[in-house]
Amino acid sequence: MTEVAPRPDVELCPGGPMLLRGDHVVVDDEGVRHATKRPVSAVCRCGKSASKPWCDGTHKVLPPKLRP
Amino acid sequence: MTDLPKPRGPLSVAVLGALRDLPTAPVPRIEEAPESDDDAALTLWVLHELSYGGFDGVDEAAESEPELVRVRGMLERRLEADLRSRWPGVPDVDLASGFFDWVAGHDGPSIARHVQTSATREQVLDLMRMRSVYHLKEADPTMWVIPRLPVSAKAALVELQYDEYGAGDPSRLHSHLFAQGMAASGLRPERGVYVDEAPFEVLDQNNALSMFGLQGRLRGAAVGHLAAFEATSSMPSRRMAQGLERLGFPEELIGYYTEHVEADAVHEQVALRDVCVALVREEPALEPDVWFGAWACLDLEVRAARRILGAWGAAA
Ligand code: FES
Ligand SMILES: [Fe+2]
Ligand SMILES: [Fe+2]
Repeated sequence: MTEVAPRPDVELCPGGPMLLRGDHVVVDDEGVRHATKRPVSAVCRCGKSASKPWCDGTHKVLPPKLRP
Repeated sequence: MTDLPKPRGPLSVAVLGALRDLPTAPVPRIEEAPESDDDAALTLWVLHELSYGGFDGVDEAAESEPELVRVRGMLERRLEADLRSRWPGVPDVDLASGFFDWVAGHDGPSIARHVQTSATREQVLDLMRMRSVYHLKEADPTMWVIPRLPVSAKAALVELQYDEYGAGDPSRLHSHLFAQGMAASGLRPERGVYVDEAPFEVLDQNNALSMFGLQGRLRGAAVGHLAAFEATSSMPSRRMAQGLERLGFPEELIGYYTEHVEADAVHEQVALRDVCVALVREEPALEPDVWFGAWACLDLEVRAARRILGAWGAAA
C-alpha cells in the first residue's frame, strides 16, 4: 500500500494561484470581503487577474519572472 | 434521450439500421467499412452515445450487443491509430513544471478570439450548436476514469468533478448551465439534436474523450486530455463571455462562460498537479499517454477550429 499524505487545505501552485479548500472569506487589498463560492478556490497571487481576488489564468501569460 | 442522427455513409447506414431494428431483428454481421471520416466519426459517436443517454426508440440493450461492440472497437482502434500516427511524441518537458507553458506554446486558431471581436450572432449560434455536442455531456466522459486511478489521483479527480457537477447543486451543474444558456438563446437544449450539423472534426473531439474514458488502458490519456482541456479554458471563456455580451446574448449563456473563467483556473491546477502528476508518480509508465492525451485535446481543437472558422470564411 502506498503512503498517502492527507490533502492540504492551502496549496501554493508554483507560478500560479493559491488553492484554498473549504469555505472562507477573503479580504482583498481594498478591504472588500469575498466569500468563496466553490469547494476549491484559486486565489490570485500574481496581482493581474481581472477577477480578483480569484485567479483567472492571467498568470500564465506573464513573463516567468513576474509570476509568483 | 434523442433521435438518431442521419447516416453519412454505408457503415452508418448499416449501424443505424441495426439499431432501429432492435430488438425485433437481431443485429446482422456488419461488413461495411467506413467510407469517409464523417461516416466513421458519426458511427462511433452513435455507438458511444449508447453508453450515455441512448436514443429514443432504440433498445437500451444495444449498448452491449456483441456485433455493435465489435464495430465500436474497430472504430476506436482507427481513431487511436490516426491520433498516434499524427502525434509528435513525448516533448522534452517536465510534466509538473513545464506543462502549462507547453500548452500555451501549442499554436492554433482561436475561436474565442474571433467571437470576442468579430463573430456575428449567426456564427455564435452555429458554434453553440456544435459545442453542445460536448457541453451537454460536459464532465461525463471523465467519470469513467475514476475507478481506474490510484488513490491520490482518484480523490483529486473526484474533487474536480464534484465542482463540474455543481458541488451537489443541480442548478449549478455545468452541462445544465449550458443547457439553460442554449434555451435562453432560442436553441434546443436536448442532447444530440444538432449532431447532424457537426462535422467529423467536432464529433471526433467527443469520440476521443469517450474512448479515453471507456478504455481503462487509456487512463493516462484521459487525465492528460482533461488537464489540457482545463488549461485552455479560463482565458478563452473570458473572451467568449465578452463576445456574447457584445452581441447581446442572454445572461444565462454568458454565465456559463464566466463560471468557467474561475472554475477552470482551479481545475487546471488540480488536474495537472493532483491528478496527472499524482498518477505518473504511482504509474510512471503512463507518462507518455498523459502527454498523448493532452496533445490529442489540443490537436483536435485546432482541427475543429480550422473547420468552423473556415466555414465562416474567418481567418484561421
Ligand atoms: S495567479 Fe492566476 S491570475 Fe493571478
Ligand atoms: Fe465545466
Ligand atoms: Fe472545468
